Amino acid sequence: MKEYQTITEISGPLVYAEVDEAIGYDEIVEIETAQGETLRGQVLESSEGVVAIQVFEGTSGIDQNASVRFLGETMKMPVTEDLLGRVLDGSGRPIDDGPEIVPEERQDIVGAAINPYSREYPEEFIETGVSAIDGMNTLVRGQKLPIFSSSGQPHSELAMQIARQASVPEEEESGDEEGSEFAVIFGAMGITAEEANEFMEDFERTGALERSVVFMNLADDPAVERTVTPRMVLTTAEYLAFEKDYHVLVILTDMTNYCEALREIGAAREEVPGRRGYPGYMYTDLAQLYERAGRIQGREGSVTQIPILTMPGDDDTHPIPDLTGYITEGQIYVDPDLNSQGLQPPVNVLPSLSRLMDDGIGEGLTRADHGGVSDQMYAAYAEGEDLRDLVNIVGREALSERDNKYLDFADAFETEFVDQGFETNRDLEETLEIGWDLLSMLPKEELNRVDEEYIEEYYREDDSEREVVEAAD
Amino acid sequence: MSKAESTETTGDGVIQSVSGPVVSARDLDARMNDVVYVGDEGLMGEVIEIEGNITTVQVYEETSGVGPGEPVENTGEPLSVDLGPGMLDAIYDGVQRPLDVLEGKMGSPYLDRGVDAPGIDLEKEWEFEPLVEVGDEVGRGDVVGVVEETVTIDHKVMVPPDALEEDETAEIAAIEAGSFDVTETVAELSDGTEVTMHQEWPVREPRPSANKKTPRTPLVSGQRILDGLFPIAKGGTAAIPGPFGSGKTVTQHQLAKYADADIIVYVGCGERGNEMTEVIEDFPELEDPANGNPLMARTSLIANTSNMPVAARESCIYTGITIAEYYRDMGYDVALMADSTSRWAEAMREISSRLEEMPGEEGYPAYLAARLAQFYERAGYFENVNGTEGSVSAIGAVSPPGGDFSEPVTQNTLRIVKTFWALDADLAERRHFPSINWNESYSLYKNQLDPWFQENVEEDWPEKRQWAVDVLDEETELQEIVQLVGKDALPDDQQLTLEVARYLREAYLQQNAFHPVDTYCPPEKTYLMLTTIETFNDEAFDALEAGVPVEEIIDVESVPRINRIGVQEDYEEYVEELKADITEELRSLY
Repeated sequence: MKEYQTITEISGPLVYAEVDEAIGYDEIVEIETAQGETLRGQVLESSEGVVAIQVFEGTSGIDQNASVRFLGETMKMPVTEDLLGRVLDGSGRPIDDGPEIVPEERQDIVGAAINPYSREYPEEFIETGVSAIDGMNTLVRGQKLPIFSSSGQPHSELAMQIARQASVPEEEESGDEEGSEFAVIFGAMGITAEEANEFMEDFERTGALERSVVFMNLADDPAVERTVTPRMVLTTAEYLAFEKDYHVLVILTDMTNYCEALREIGAAREEVPGRRGYPGYMYTDLAQLYERAGRIQGREGSVTQIPILTMPGDDDTHPIPDLTGYITEGQIYVDPDLNSQGLQPPVNVLPSLSRLMDDGIGEGLTRADHGGVSDQMYAAYAEGEDLRDLVNIVGREALSERDNKYLDFADAFETEFVDQGFETNRDLEETLEIGWDLLSMLPKEELNRVDEEYIEEYYREDDSEREVVEAAD
Repeated sequence: MSKAESTETTGDGVIQSVSGPVVSARDLDARMNDVVYVGDEGLMGEVIEIEGNITTVQVYEETSGVGPGEPVENTGEPLSVDLGPGMLDAIYDGVQRPLDVLEGKMGSPYLDRGVDAPGIDLEKEWEFEPLVEVGDEVGRGDVVGVVEETVTIDHKVMVPPDALEEDETAEIAAIEAGSFDVTETVAELSDGTEVTMHQEWPVREPRPSANKKTPRTPLVSGQRILDGLFPIAKGGTAAIPGPFGSGKTVTQHQLAKYADADIIVYVGCGERGNEMTEVIEDFPELEDPANGNPLMARTSLIANTSNMPVAARESCIYTGITIAEYYRDMGYDVALMADSTSRWAEAMREISSRLEEMPGEEGYPAYLAARLAQFYERAGYFENVNGTEGSVSAIGAVSPPGGDFSEPVTQNTLRIVKTFWALDADLAERRHFPSINWNESYSLYKNQLDPWFQENVEEDWPEKRQWAVDVLDEETELQEIVQLVGKDALPDDQQLTLEVARYLREAYLQQNAFHPVDTYCPPEKTYLMLTTIETFNDEAFDALEAGVPVEEIIDVESVPRINRIGVQEDYEEYVEELKADITEELRSLY
């Protein structure tokens, strides 16, 4: 391994060095500063005679006398089942004072694309215990379903609630402990120490840490390291899922910080910027992360992703949520208005969507009436939402009886169905029963999206049950 | 360069620099668009720029670990596809490598690098049946025989279009029935040309045709809003733009499943892996509505998902349209779905920015409009060089950032295509699917397709459609007033119009893609559904005129049954009974 003291330029997170051998694209570099500190980096561009290196820890302390070593390999993540229960930094080094990690394998973090022919279509329902998700935007194993939030919203609480409660119903019944176990991999990118503490406390309180691997890149850690953290996380997830048969739930927070880091590197390389200064290849880059969710034929495990992103200005046309929405299989919106009304979790189901829902629910999977109930509640809630605008102008008295029923429905939907609290775990049966309580507030003829046989079976003919709901309103 | 060819190479060069999918090489003797093999691993790439001694190559595979000094080999051939039996019921990546074969070769569910495979199986034997005899005159593109490619499709073996000059003919010197693989000669011409079942064609060059004609037959999709209001012709072009979550992919899938084309080429360009898996898993099990055979038997899939190399995403559209043209030459009606053309445009943008080209609008290369136009121009209703008629319909999904249709890809697409299905996030939010906005969408084929509908469905098809459009337009206007004053403030007749429009929206325009019956609606059913709503409309207005209060009309019990026509299998009987009930009930009010 050759060592060079040939740094010619230092700019932002980038270092340019002259070399006299062929250096591979994406290769790992170690830079030793005059003070004896070792920094790590990655080759971003390799030309004859000169390479551009992106330094993870930032370039401060590097001068032209620093020595550069090329390790001759691309970045690897040491993986083993023993990672469960451990806390690592954003580059995969343990920070929990635990024993040294003896890796079973070292895997390339870039990760090759899964052959679409080898994938298995995700259609196994994951019960999160959250009505707004299970009932209306069902999550399935191998899906990537982001939470679209904004600053100051309780998205972390929602993510924690899902991580805590998520289970696959069939497994509970069979009690099959030997088979596929559940594991959570938590990847933090640029979150504050305070947020990190909340997550850690929750993990420790609920004992979830045992089945978790935590990667922490905090707000004051080097920004460039953030581009590596999710790849470390997903490499670990793929290993546990596809080689050790775990059902892995990956929570990545906050993708906005990841994208900011991408932009920083792009700017330092003087690339032609795309929309709002983000690099033109951000779609491809994000896809290379999100598409690592899924199932593979003949493998027991699965990788399910819940990335969290805070939309700048609560604007979902911003490039980060926009590109994310085009790659992921739906999205869950956390809504500031619902939050200020005190709804827990403040999920706005109208713009939320789970693309894989239709294949993961229904007879034999959840309950036969699930799809109809969900569609009907969507339509009714949307109609009620519309009428609220009108009420502001003409008042409730000016509206017909039918319209008033829809207004009541929309109110009850929020308070009874969505607002369940961050600590309540509702099973699907309960969620759907509440759904029928609410739908029964509407006249039977209005239920045009539910098959007649289910209306026969579940519609509350008896007014008394409805009264309960209305009284609670 | 086709992978079925031997990989002899000429004019080696040396890598000078690597930046993502773009590699520069020096001393490479190459022409523009030549296929080259890059680095020690032999990654496939294509020449996209030549400047002095420096050649720039876009690489179709991941370039991690590739460094300067490694060799670049030129094949001297442009990027081509292998054409021949075996393309149906197959799934390819963006440069026509069969993904099932790759899985076997790589022995891993992950896509490895530097592995290549021909686009069609070179060893599989097909039962060849000649259609011409020794001594017959044939010209370029003429069919000499057939093989049964799948249960649905007879694959026609043609004289390659570049084997003879335009008006040149040759005699069949030898031809024989029997079992052959695609590389064996099945017919010999008097000028020495040997015809095999295998052809290759450079993807960036349209296959020749004799004449382009005006399309006059609809591509019937079984989707009410498309067939009923905004039809596309066989050989037509359409764009489906919409923000995420508005149902682009479901609409494309519905078209791939139920459109009455002979052949479907589905290009998943930079989209989700799971969506392609869904197609791979569903299509072999779904029935072709025309003949009950598995849908896969008429389908060729090209899957270059968003995490697969970006340069192969740029080429996948061309691979798809070339395959489509080849089946068109056999006289088939081919429908090509591209989901999504925005990802294709972004791939162009990414490569362009790495080449440091001067960007046009929003960073897209200045040639974006030209490339889009070239692609859609390869669609059309053609008279082929062999005298048969065939068509390629191109339906492109567009994914505008933030759902804003004013962005360059949507705008440049709309300048070319003649059918526009605008997806609407508001409709999707209230689960109105397909969420195609009826005010914004249009079809310029409407008038030229009317005679077909009149002849094959019902004489008054155009009038009924116009009636529906008028009611929906009126509703849009009335809704603006309702937003201000409330519905009850409207006069009775307008309230009734709103009610009729509601049934048009909820029963007619909405269609449940996941319901086994409603998912496919033949034009006859589309027509009957519309006339049922019209019956309600006419009877209701008669009742109103006779002095029946509007509340009573709206409350009529039988009318909501209109919403269930969609899910009826025996719809004719249901509709007849329903029409009678509505008429009777409304007439009993006065």
